[in-house]
Amino acid sequence: MNVIEVENIVKRYGDRLAVDGVSLTVEEGEIFAILGPNGAGKTTTVESIAGLRTPDSGTIRVHGLDPHHDRHKVRELVGVQLQESQLPDRIRVSEAVELYASFYPHPADGAALIGGLGLSDQRRTAFGKLSGGQKQRLSIALALVGNPRIAILDELTTGLDPQARRDTWDLIEAVRDRGVTIVLVTHFMEEAERLADRLALIDAGRVVALDTPAGIVGLVDAEQRLRFRPSRPFDTSILTDLAEVTNVSRTGATLTVSGSGNLVPAVTSVLARHRIEANDFRIEQAGLDDAFIALTGRPLAS
Amino acid sequence: MSFQTKVLTTEAKLFAREPGTLIVGMLLPAVVLLGIGLIFSPHLPDPAIGGKRFIDLLVPSMVVISLASLGISTMPARLVGYREKGVLRRMSTTPADPAMLLVAQVAINVLVAVGGLVVLMVAGNLAFQIPFPADLVGFVAAFMLGMSALFSIGLLVAAVAPSSAVATALIWPIFVAVMFLGGVYLPRWLLPDIAVRIGDFTPPGVQAMLDAWQGTSPQLLPLAIMALITVAAGATAVKLFRWE
Repeated sequence: MNVIEVENIVKRYGDRLAVDGVSLTVEEGEIFAILGPNGAGKTTTVESIAGLRTPDSGTIRVHGLDPHHDRHKVRELVGVQLQESQLPDRIRVSEAVELYASFYPHPADGAALIGGLGLSDQRRTAFGKLSGGQKQRLSIALALVGNPRIAILDELTTGLDPQARRDTWDLIEAVRDRGVTIVLVTHFMEEAERLADRLALIDAGRVVALDTPAGIVGLVDAEQRLRFRPSRPFDTSILTDLAEVTNVSRTGATLTVSGSGNLVPAVTSVLARHRIEANDFRIEQAGLDDAFIALTGRPLAS
Repeated sequence: MSFQTKVLTTEAKLFAREPGTLIVGMLLPAVVLLGIGLIFSPHLPDPAIGGKRFIDLLVPSMVVISLASLGISTMPARLVGYREKGVLRRMSTTPADPAMLLVAQVAINVLVAVGGLVVLMVAGNLAFQIPFPADLVGFVAAFMLGMSALFSIGLLVAAVAPSSAVATALIWPIFVAVMFLGGVYLPRWLLPDIAVRIGDFTPPGVQAMLDAWQGTSPQLLPLAIMALITVAAGATAVKLFRWE
């Protein structure tokens, strides 16, 4: 069942076309990522879904409701964590959660939420004294305190250290496991690859691809690469003779074999037949990064 | 607890956690009055001002200290800070209306200003036998309208200032003018006539408060001007308020 349906929305700021005909659907219970470089229109798209902006044209339905017309109802259904939204420095964690709980008709249990997000020790800590990771967890708490059906999380892990980022990812999966549909906005390829059931790749206000992470990577007919250290020297023509192999190169003791199709089984079986052991065997596969470059002609991180 | 009550109590707690603003609003007018009274001789009638005691004429100007500090300095600065940090924007993602934050801020600042007035009156009465306002109804009207006009100007600044830096740049000239014309920096009887005349009609209308304190009904024109400023600045602030 689609809980979010976005059809051909366009949003213009002055001369700048921020969103140029974005369409997408989000299914109930999935983690849906919107991935793209900064300024691609990701935030404008989710802010339109949340009813914070009204697109110039196109339609949006959230559980069948129009976020602009039925904004009150949509705001009860959708919890939002906005990029760079802070709180007053002196508000304490428990006060912020209780305050936000009072905004909703059927709020979650604030204390349980704080505990579940690992903030029990910070209950009485002022917002200004929290670490970056703790602030983000409080942000998630505020997005969830209304018991939303959908949570929109915008650039949740930007600015976090790698450990805090991984902890946040676990947390997002735990939230999804409770039945909340999650729309995740990110410019981290790794984040989308790790969390998303499906994702929309957005560039310059348009959806350039929408599929599972594997499906998007599969759109790109990318070369595969193997690297290994052979146990003894051998004539590399036994590899270049294979149909799957396009190139073999050597750097010191390491061989790099590129090719396509069933490259891995073809190479490993030839090596086995010649009793050559492949040490430190590594497979390099195309990722979302490569897919993004192939689809847009430039790298995601820029 | 309704969300309105919750916003109000939470904002009140946050306000109380910054004792500086509370001290300025509640105590500074009385402290300045006591200081002046202790340095000069408040009990001697002064022939230069018609044989009156200067302290009796000075006391309405002390009200200006808290009204200007709260209404056009700290309250707008806090609201602009809320916008700048995304506090208003975050709240606008919820079913609750972020306008409630503004309502709560105005309510809290009004309460503190009234508290500061009461402390000033009691302190002046105890220390220097300054009588309570003779025309109490006139005084309450002059105070409320003067406060409304100043607070509305403060809200207008908060509505349009895109950043804290711009807000500060807008606030300071207004603040200094209000304090000067209100007789805080120099007693009004030492100000040039033109400044006194202007001060009669600019917020918070200190002459109207003085008249009422001394038992003369305040003139209607300054009160009407305060009401007009309140409506005009307040309505413009509501119309122009930037939530992000």
